[in-house]
Amino acid sequence: MSIQVKNLTHIYSPGMPDEQVALEDVSFSVADGEVVGVIGHTGSGKSTMLQHLNGLLKPSSGTIVVGDVDITEKGVAMREIRKRVGLVFQYPEYQLFEETVALDVAFGPKNLGLDEDEIEKRVRAAIKEVGLDYEKIKDRSPFELSGGQKRRVAIAGVIAMMPEVLILDEPTAGLDPGAHEEILKMIERIHENSGNIIIFVSHNMGDVARLSDKVLVMDDGHLVLSGTPTEVFSKKDELKAIGLSVPPVTNLMQQLHDRGLDIDPDKLNLDEAEEELVRYLQRTKIND
Amino acid sequence: MENMIRIENLTFEYMHDEEGEEQVVLKNLNLEIKKGSFTAILGRNGSGKSTLAKNMNGLLLPTGGAVYVKNWNTSDQETIWDVRQAAGMVFQNPDNQLVSSIVEDDVAFGPENLGVDPEDIRKRVDKALSSVNMGKFRRKSPHMLSGGQKQRIAIAGVVAMKPECIIFDEATAMLDPKGREEIMYIVKELNEEGITVICITHFMDEAVQADRIIVLEQGEILLDGTPREVFAQEEVLIEANLELPLAVDLAGRLRKRGINVPEDIINVEGLVDYICRYK
Repeated sequence: MSIQVKNLTHIYSPGMPDEQVALEDVSFSVADGEVVGVIGHTGSGKSTMLQHLNGLLKPSSGTIVVGDVDITEKGVAMREIRKRVGLVFQYPEYQLFEETVALDVAFGPKNLGLDEDEIEKRVRAAIKEVGLDYEKIKDRSPFELSGGQKRRVAIAGVIAMMPEVLILDEPTAGLDPGAHEEILKMIERIHENSGNIIIFVSHNMGDVARLSDKVLVMDDGHLVLSGTPTEVFSKKDELKAIGLSVPPVTNLMQQLHDRGLDIDPDKLNLDEAEEELVRYLQRTKIND
Repeated sequence: MENMIRIENLTFEYMHDEEGEEQVVLKNLNLEIKKGSFTAILGRNGSGKSTLAKNMNGLLLPTGGAVYVKNWNTSDQETIWDVRQAAGMVFQNPDNQLVSSIVEDDVAFGPENLGVDPEDIRKRVDKALSSVNMGKFRRKSPHMLSGGQKQRIAIAGVVAMKPECIIFDEATAMLDPKGREEIMYIVKELNEEGITVICITHFMDEAVQADRIIVLEQGEILLDGTPREVFAQEEVLIEANLELPLAVDLAGRLRKRGINVPEDIINVEGLVDYICRYK
């Protein structure tokens, strides 16, 4: 399973006075099993791009091949696309509606027309996958759960559809640090268990550095940069010019580097930064 | 120094509809907020932060104890409007707080309701918009603005009421990093101009800018002190679903490796300056 997006352009309200080019000539590919982080400031086209990947929006021009199917072709059944590509929106907990957690998670699989046993099996597996205890939580109302739990139930609803590609739009927004960390661990676990493609949007550069194999940078409807986290976050000035930043820890290392210290600025997490600083400080102290 | 807000034995309970059970959100809380101070309130989702904030300007009223804004008891109906004018509030979702289709009308909404003289309203609106660097957007429609810009308009709407205190209830939670930075810049400026600031947040790098941090857990005060004092309590914070700011975390790791980083380094600038001494 892989994804190829070629020359994707999307124009809102074409021919109207409020015509707006939301995406222009965006091309990229995602290899099987890759985790892709998408960054860009508000209004850069990230969400518009994601909504094309499961057929919610149709491109004005360009093609999107998911697996072996060009989903932009006429006659492709939307239901088939949605089965393959699961999209979790921002603040998905606002979409919970059922009386119990189990019913809410079962809603998607039911619509696929699966039989009762299969549905139960999937609901059980999905709830476990997001890190919740099925027996404890299945009969509770989703509305009495904590913010982080609600979000995980909503994500379970998409996972229960067993998509081959999972897309998450700002999965950690608005959560406290503990719940935030649980969501990150959940994404890592889902990826480890399924080995499928995961694409996520985030404003948290630390999360992007930690989870992604590849980072896509959007600005004003264009894909302006892509590469590994190390490649992308070494381009501090280019990111800054489009209103983005590097992970906080990288920023600290880059500041030290810019002040003339012999420090490798391209460190993406605390462990790496710690080692580099210990190396630098010990050596410098010995020289003293 | 004089108190802006005084909270005495505040208890707040929600009535649970179905079983008629009471859910205690805040328990016997005592707190004083000094005039002109900058306080950050931290705590996991559901710890009672927002409930506390809404009790601070009478949007919610105590079920036990009392809250005083200046010397007005928030439970006193006679002075509730004085309370709300003195202590303004900015909420999380930028889309839920704007009422007009033109930016300057939106900012004027508050002072209009206070019955302020139209000439004075004009002055207040211009001043408020320039204080959030949004003067040139005054004739725009709010829905054309970014999230950070909308939040700045919401702040201008509060500033135009000439409050002595502004409570930010996770006002940056839905913004991108640039939007967050814009808002924190304005928050600090307002505080420097003398406005008492209370910031409820999940972001440690915002809390570290305050002069006092209060950590709530299950409706009670778990920690209360300067950022340095509070962030020295690593285990307590992690237990409360919180984390350390980057510089505090990294400084702690370096100390464990035998590097004597001074304890008073709590922000990135401080840590960078310290390491640069070893050039």
